[in-house]
Amino acid sequence: MNLKLRIWRQKNADTPGHFVEHDAPNVTPDMSFLELLDTVNEELTLQGKEPIAFDSDCREGICGMCSLVINGIPHGHIKGTTVCQLHLRHFQDGQTITVEPWRARPFPVIKDLIVDRGAFDRIIQAGGYISVSTGQAIEGNALPIPKDTAELAMDAAACIGCGACVAVCKNASAALFVAAKVSHLALLPQGQRERERRVWHMVKAMDAAGFGSCSNTSACEAVCPKSISVEFIGRMNREYMKSLIKAQFKNT
Amino acid sequence: MNIIKALFQSTIGKKYVMAVTGLLLFGYVILHLLGNLQIYMGPNAINGYGALLHSRPALLWLARVILLAIFLTHVGTAIALTLENWAARPIAYTIGPSPYTTYASRTMFISGVILFCYIVYHVLHLTVGVVQPGIMDFKDQLGRPSIYRMLVAAFSNPWIALSYMVAMGFLYFHLSHGISSFFQSLGLKNRAYSGLILGFALGAALVIFLGFLSIPLTVLTGLVK
Ligand code: HEM
Ligand code: FES
Repeated sequence: MNLKLRIWRQKNADTPGHFVEHDAPNVTPDMSFLELLDTVNEELTLQGKEPIAFDSDCREGICGMCSLVINGIPHGHIKGTTVCQLHLRHFQDGQTITVEPWRARPFPVIKDLIVDRGAFDRIIQAGGYISVSTGQAIEGNALPIPKDTAELAMDAAACIGCGACVAVCKNASAALFVAAKVSHLALLPQGQRERERRVWHMVKAMDAAGFGSCSNTSACEAVCPKSISVEFIGRMNREYMKSLIKAQFKNT
Repeated sequence: MNIIKALFQSTIGKKYVMAVTGLLLFGYVILHLLGNLQIYMGPNAINGYGALLHSRPALLWLARVILLAIFLTHVGTAIALTLENWAARPIAYTIGPSPYTTYASRTMFISGVILFCYIVYHVLHLTVGVVQPGIMDFKDQLGRPSIYRMLVAAFSNPWIALSYMVAMGFLYFHLSHGISSFFQSLGLKNRAYSGLILGFALGAALVIFLGFLSIPLTVLTGLVK
């Protein structure tokens, strides 16, 4: 099949970007979208031109590195997949496809389609962890967790931190990402010690990075490659309220 | 004071403010609708209701000041949030708005601004009385201001009736998203209740819409005269 690509090319964060048309003749429907870009890049390299810069790592939908907005939708129009798992059979022969980077102030473009998602790391550093004493891991059955709770925590923990939720949100809000991390740890016994501090500091880091607020449009859930539910945003709002109220009764 | 500062300093805190003020405005809208629907009980009922509201000027003004404060907090916080949201996406996508969302949820600020303009106009029209001078001067047999005749005179003008009906469309829009959003913002929504909450939001918004819409419509069609 033949595809036409309109791709965002941008030298670096300080140079304005623009769209460049690239042809992709003779690609096959069983290629993934990243393989399509690899093919185009091979051709560009042979012509002595600058290849298209884009992020990827595992290429099996688990690392969260790949990050392309395809025809206006992060990770493309197929639900519950990352762009490395999106195949060309979902496109029509001769179609023009527009490819853009994640667009959000906290995610500046590094080059072409690669953005700096360090803002997510700073949010995690602010509280997205648990403190454990070093030593042997405890015996699994010594820490009983109800099955439903474990499942729910796992649903939240499925977040791969790709940032599609920010990319799709009209406010570039990171609410779903932060909510997934907050909920995952708040649901499990290991997360209790820092529970109130965690939500407080993670939300603070989220705001400091310049993400917008959540208008509850639920676009994030629809594009999340792990289909993480906005239910967790409700849970984060609840956790934050508890933290806010409890802080009023502490003399620290 | 600490908590107030904390509320306005975070995005989630500001959303709590939006949600609580939005709920209070929603509550006011329901009371206002119930008051207005007394037009169907005849001039005596609605004129009496008007006289009751005005019988204690101090209380009336207290209510007005509280309502205004809630309203201005809602609008002010909405502006602050919206500016932050715009700043978070300096370069727009070339293709369309966020997919998989309702039109109402994406346009809360627009429907809000239109509601703001409508509310200013509505107060000038039927509280201050500058849009159609004279319609506030009607009196009934008991010498009370005739709300009934005022409303009939107002909505006999098709343009005024139309403007009110269009505004109620925007109120429907704002509330159809706003009511369910309120539950989510305050963390009162979970998987089990989300269907019920959505149904309640749409149902309540529709009832409010139809209730308010009926008044200009029945006057315009001559059912109420
Ligand atoms: C009759 C008047 C009004 C009522 C009953 C009302 C009600 C509500 C409710 C219930 C919400 C949901 C709160 C939440 O997201 O948690 C809301 C949100 C909102 N309202 Fe209003 N509102 C009114 C007037 C206005 C006005 C005049 C504006 C002017 C700018 C406005 C702007 C907004 C915005 C922007 C949001 C969404 C906030 C967000 O997306 O984060 N509203 N409103
Ligand atoms: S490259 Fe790892 S998720 Fe796509």
